Amino acid sequence: MYKIWMSVVKEFLLLKRDLGGLIILFIMPLVLVITVTLIQDSTFKTVSNTKIQILLVDNDKGSVSKTVFDNLEKSNLFSVVTQIDNKPITEEVAREAVYKGKFQLAIIIPQDLSIDLQTKIDQNVENIVSKIGLSDSSATTKPSKIIKEKEVKLYFDPAVQMSFKNAVMSSIDKMISQIETKSIYTTFQNQLGEENTKFEQKSFITFKEIIPKINNKEILPNSVQHNVPAWTLFAIFFIVIPLSINIVKEKSQGTFVRLLTNPVSNLIVIIGKTITYSAICMIQFYMMVAVAIFLFPHIGLPSLNIEGHLFLMSVVALFSGFAAIGFGILLGTVASTQEQSAPFGATSVIILAAIGGVWVPVFVMPKIMQIIAKSSPMNWGLEAFYDVLLRNVTLLEIIPKISLLFLFFIITTSIALFYDKKKRTV
Amino acid sequence: MYSLNDFSLNIYDGQIFGLLGPNGAGKTTLISMLCGLVKPTSGHFTINDLNYTNHSLKIKKIIGVVPQEYALYPTLTARENLHYFGSMYGLKGSVLKDKVIETLDLLGLLKFADKRIETFSGGMKRRVNLIAGILHNPKVLFLDEPTVGVDVQSKNAIIDYLKFLNQNGTTIIYTSHHLAEAEDFCSNIAILDRGRIYAQGSPSGLIHSTPEARNLEEVFISLTGKDFRDDV
Repeated sequence: MYKIWMSVVKEFLLLKRDLGGLIILFIMPLVLVITVTLIQDSTFKTVSNTKIQILLVDNDKGSVSKTVFDNLEKSNLFSVVTQIDNKPITEEVAREAVYKGKFQLAIIIPQDLSIDLQTKIDQNVENIVSKIGLSDSSATTKPSKIIKEKEVKLYFDPAVQMSFKNAVMSSIDKMISQIETKSIYTTFQNQLGEENTKFEQKSFITFKEIIPKINNKEILPNSVQHNVPAWTLFAIFFIVIPLSINIVKEKSQGTFVRLLTNPVSNLIVIIGKTITYSAICMIQFYMMVAVAIFLFPHIGLPSLNIEGHLFLMSVVALFSGFAAIGFGILLGTVASTQEQSAPFGATSVIILAAIGGVWVPVFVMPKIMQIIAKSSPMNWGLEAFYDVLLRNVTLLEIIPKISLLFLFFIITTSIALFYDKKKRTV
Repeated sequence: MYSLNDFSLNIYDGQIFGLLGPNGAGKTTLISMLCGLVKPTSGHFTINDLNYTNHSLKIKKIIGVVPQEYALYPTLTARENLHYFGSMYGLKGSVLKDKVIETLDLLGLLKFADKRIETFSGGMKRRVNLIAGILHNPKVLFLDEPTVGVDVQSKNAIIDYLKFLNQNGTTIIYTSHHLAEAEDFCSNIAILDRGRIYAQGSPSGLIHSTPEARNLEEVFISLTGKDFRDDV
């Protein structure tokens, strides 16, 4: 025990005197979590509070384009631009402006859309009405005009993200569908000619998001609830870099060789490092949680709500730390130089984060990546954090995930010990 | 590096045994094997009748190792380094503290005990490097070129201290390129080249048995030749 204790003391002294290492361990994660949360939160606010200017080219000049214009104006998302330099916009001008990035979106309403839509609906309704024997005989003798399908064109700035594109397209699609439905109802009304027959045009089916409740309080997910666990985990895994450098340095300084000749097993040395770096992980974690609770409200972000979750979150952080430490020990053992361990450590942590769903949720990934994601320790940690913070689970329910994290630690550390023993051949 | 071949050697209690040879002769390989860092592909050896296969921990408790490089943590102080390495030998409490103070004092470093190793000169680092290997009073001490690159004062302090340890019962096995130092310091010597022992005996015995040799350097040249041992 004394040897382990002295190893822990030594590791703390080494860390205390390594300013660069301390910055990586404590300052960078805080900068990271504050920056990323601020950016993501402000992006969210931009989408919801600031109107995005879009170009509308109205070649229709009818009721449909007017409805589109009115609906877009009414929405909180967009502000409609129909003129540039006091001149009406043509499709050419709109396309150029959007492709140059001056606007994110242009909507081109085709000529005669309103007239053609109404004609098409009239034809369809008349057809139906005549089939059920309610039609005017003179109307059925008129030859049907052939109406071609109309296309509302959308031009997007190529730099616009796919998620934004999809959201806009879906909202315009919905708007067009509503216009069509309304026109159909109105035409039926007119055809039937009964003034008292009023169709209810409000949506019959609506939806409402039911937000999970903890202790009878609704838990509203926000950028902080999502970002703090994700980036805390990312920071915890960055421990791989100083830890692997620490091990590589011991090899290059010769202290590792000295330890090999001492009556102490490599396991004791590893345990010393594990205890020290686990403590570092926990300090990192509590610092980030403290910042998210106490500092965030002062910089315009929501405070992190950890009510009743701190213990389970600490458990997840500890086991995530173990997984990161195991990876760091393995990397430090296999690498021969700091030039190998530092860039590889940084890159691999970023890859693990990407695979694990820190940046892009796993459920939107391609199938193959979803399978790979399940093998990332960062995914196990992230899911465990979300389980605790957002899904209100119990310790029993996170045991499978934290067991995987611990198993990862055991496997990576065992490989490191085995590799080291093989390499020394004694 | 030449591997060791057809190699047989006995080192007795209380000797100061010098392993001398040109670069690549196999000195460091031999020391590494004796310290348990490299496993021989064939053959065997024992230390105090113990072998590494069955008694690795027992051997490591009775040996001390002073590697060629400064095997110390540069950002820790001399005292912190010595407390750490001493504790790895099982020393603790006042025994460890007193031993660290005593040896630092003997080697003229006590007033620098709380300075970081990275601020030390080469000679000071060599002395701390030596102390880190002898805190537990080893029965057998292995030193790989313990005086390389140090000033005369540090070299004298190291050699004097090693003699003091030897007088107190420590068997010393060391490698060096300083033949004059070895001639004065060692009770027995083996001259190695290309992984074999070319000669062994006391320094004076080797000088007398080599025609026209006036010192150990001339014995060395007559046995190993004047060719460079450059290899990459």
